[in-house]
Amino acid sequence: MSNENIIEVENLVKKFGDFTANDNLTFTVKKSEIFGFLGANGAGKTTAIKILCGILFPTSGKVSVAGFDIYKERNKIKENIGYMSQGFSLYEDLTVKENIEFYAGIYGVKRKVIKTRLNELVEKLDIADLKNKFVRDLPLGWKQKIAFSVAIFHKPKVVFLDEPTSGVDPITRRQFWDLIYEAVESGITVFVTTHYMDEAEYCDRISIMVDGKIDAIGTPAELKTMHNAKNMDDVFIKLARKQSEENK
Amino acid sequence: MNNSIEIYNLNKSFKSVKALDNLKLTVEQGGFYGLIGPDGAGKTTLMRIITGLLLPDSGDIMIGGLNPVTDYRKLRLKLGYMPGKFSLYQDLTVEENLSFFAKVFDTTIKENYHLIAPVYSQIEPFKNRRAGKLSGGMKQKLALSCALVHKPEILILDEPTTGVDAVSRREFWEMLNQIRQKGITILVSTPYMEEAVLCDKISLMFDGKIIDSGTPTEITSKFKEKIYILKTTRLREILKIARQMRELKSVNAFGQNLHLVVRDNLVGIHEIESFIKKACDYEFEIEPSQADIEDCFIDYLVS
Amino acid sequence: MKRFRAFLNKEFLHIFRDVRTMMILFLIPVFQVLIFGYVIKNEVKDAKVAVLDFSGDVMTAALVAKLDAANDIKIVKTLYSYEEIEASFKANEIKAAIVFESDFAKKFNTEKTVDLQIILDASDPNLANLLNSYISAIANNYARDKNIGAAKINVSVEPRMLYNENLVSAYMFVPGTMALILMVITALMSSISIVKEKEMGTMEILLVSPLKPIQIIFGKLAPYAILSIINAVSIIIIGNLVFGVPVLGSPILLLFVSFVFIMMALSLGLLVSNIAKSQQVAMFISMFGLLLPTMLLSGFIFPIKNMPLALQYISHIIPAKYFLSALKSIMLKGLGISYIWKEISILIFMTIAFIGISIKKFKIRLDS
Repeated sequence: MSNENIIEVENLVKKFGDFTANDNLTFTVKKSEIFGFLGANGAGKTTAIKILCGILFPTSGKVSVAGFDIYKERNKIKENIGYMSQGFSLYEDLTVKENIEFYAGIYGVKRKVIKTRLNELVEKLDIADLKNKFVRDLPLGWKQKIAFSVAIFHKPKVVFLDEPTSGVDPITRRQFWDLIYEAVESGITVFVTTHYMDEAEYCDRISIMVDGKIDAIGTPAELKTMHNAKNMDDVFIKLARKQSEENK
Repeated sequence: MNNSIEIYNLNKSFKSVKALDNLKLTVEQGGFYGLIGPDGAGKTTLMRIITGLLLPDSGDIMIGGLNPVTDYRKLRLKLGYMPGKFSLYQDLTVEENLSFFAKVFDTTIKENYHLIAPVYSQIEPFKNRRAGKLSGGMKQKLALSCALVHKPEILILDEPTTGVDAVSRREFWEMLNQIRQKGITILVSTPYMEEAVLCDKISLMFDGKIIDSGTPTEITSKFKEKIYILKTTRLREILKIARQMRELKSVNAFGQNLHLVVRDNLVGIHEIESFIKKACDYEFEIEPSQADIEDCFIDYLVS
Repeated sequence: MKRFRAFLNKEFLHIFRDVRTMMILFLIPVFQVLIFGYVIKNEVKDAKVAVLDFSGDVMTAALVAKLDAANDIKIVKTLYSYEEIEASFKANEIKAAIVFESDFAKKFNTEKTVDLQIILDASDPNLANLLNSYISAIANNYARDKNIGAAKINVSVEPRMLYNENLVSAYMFVPGTMALILMVITALMSSISIVKEKEMGTMEILLVSPLKPIQIIFGKLAPYAILSIINAVSIIIIGNLVFGVPVLGSPILLLFVSFVFIMMALSLGLLVSNIAKSQQVAMFISMFGLLLPTMLLSGFIFPIKNMPLALQYISHIIPAKYFLSALKSIMLKGLGISYIWKEISILIFMTIAFIGISIKKFKIRLDS
């Protein structure tokens, strides 16, 4: 982790009509950090991720990703990020190799580079026998691992992962996190959402969103001390309880 | 008749894929039973066979004393079913959805209000809102209300908490507990291992098979290897080091801690300690521990 | 019954809540009739006409000049034989030809009666019909102006292209639009609404509920049947009020035939919903399997008699063909049931066949 900020968000506001999805968000994410972006369903996480990925304009506020301004340099941002979600990962009717070639191609990775990286990847994941299989024939765990490898194939500065491990078996889930660690070591910043509270502990820093606002931000240890909680699950529950009492 | 669900030698294949492999499952009347396993384990297929939506290739099945293959008509009155996707009419309001399902079963919201109250009362303030505009947690509560409104004997819930945040998940389990108090048998599936302990009895499923069944404590007490818990602030670093120790069968992160499983009782706590200390100066603590469900599951997967 | 009512109620809520569905149901039919109607009206302008004059006297010259001066007719060619007429039609140079018999003026003056023949391209029936009435009117006016006793010009009409000899189909757009719209609403919309339940996962709950499959099917189809009948009636009314398309036969028979066709279309929709697993597939099948044939092979846009033989055979299995033929008989010829029982029976037979297949294929369980 360095001190260079790869994501800078200042007073970000996003409104849909009279509904405020993101209410004055301010946070930074450092280079090569695993940043856990937690929150209840409907708290505004997806909206914020869409803004950071450059596919949605904020109503107001300053946002820069990978050193580029969200308003003026959206295309630059898109070149420098990777994205993976639980819903969409890979084309089911293409083979693993074809998927990789396609994604690498649209990010402008040169053919020769694709070839070498593909070979490296096949070796690393030990997928020589899966390479030419259709994605639809792969077990879910493999799909997710390969989808992640595809998302960082063009060596982006930041990768956004939206519930990447949903429904995956416990071993694959941990293997997936091993891949995340590896990516971080190679200098990629990881921005991840999850509903598994144990995974929150694996992040360097986390933010917890409640009703469009960031309610807490810090390292897992800091948050646990601050809320006098024994684990992240506890922190999460305490924050939500506090919120619902305030509403009353 | 003490069992709500009795299944023996159940097999189901889709083309060449074996979706369910010789399953046996019994759920007592009034029981609170969990099917625990990742996506693709066969949980949904099993539930669809129980509800009569799919036909088994072979096997003996009795649900509420009825055979879902031949008596599916009568069985439908006894079952409440909540499929994996929150199956609601997005363009109807909360109340319209609920009242539709009530009428389909020849009843009214009022008649069984006491039953759905613990769930429905939480979304009742929004009863005129379209279902499509509800948050994930609220959709889940509405779907549960719809499955309950006809006072079923057996409630079948297919991954009701998947993709739902930790707080809503916890609330949901609390609601299930209240429903259970009313004498309704519950069969619920989930990919979240930590939810296993909230059920009376569970079956761990993987790849179309039931790995193990019983109460959560029965299952965890079968765990034979020694298991240690390691606490440290340098999780990632120590994980790497510990994985190099050949006497450890598996080393995995469990939230803020590591779980170390010893292979065939080869080493004790001191050997592990000195192995890690030799490799680094990070601070850590090790203590003996009990396996939880996730440990059991991982153990099955690695052996 | 209470269950079924609850189901119907829900279906209507779906329909009335969806702006797109409402548009397809109520706005598009009206627009389609209006557009077809106006397009056809505007077509008659400077229609090209040729003259074959066996007489070549003062009177024929004067008549030709009068015709050419008329707003909507343009004399573009003078011909010298019947063969040339055929050739000009084939080259699409003219829409009609006027033939004056020899000694035109003499016969008119002495015999008090003379023949004028109009040969029309009946493949464009709307235009042919209009040209016929135009030319006849001009010729008769001319004869009246001459005012020589009771002398008159006998106008005889000879349509070419063999098809559609009686030219009644100038108003074919009303039956055609009706067939098309009833097909869209009933087959397309009902199949999509069934498949949507499969996609949303709600079908799973319905199948597990005590609703019988037959209740689900009828509950899904009934709203569209009702709405289609409303549509059929409004199309007939608009056609009549705005464009003067007549209903010469029995309105009750007309409604009955429409109802039979609606049932047929619903059974097709049911069949589509059985095959299709997603809304897109349902849409695709309905578009290419049902709507295009209805438009192209039923005789609505292209006359069946002009089609290649293979397509003519295919047209026999297009339900809309029978519907159009029955509608034409009732609305434009004023014929009774004894003339159209064949069409009606074929439609009913088709309905029964489609429903039979659908019920056999309707899955009370999920696909495995």
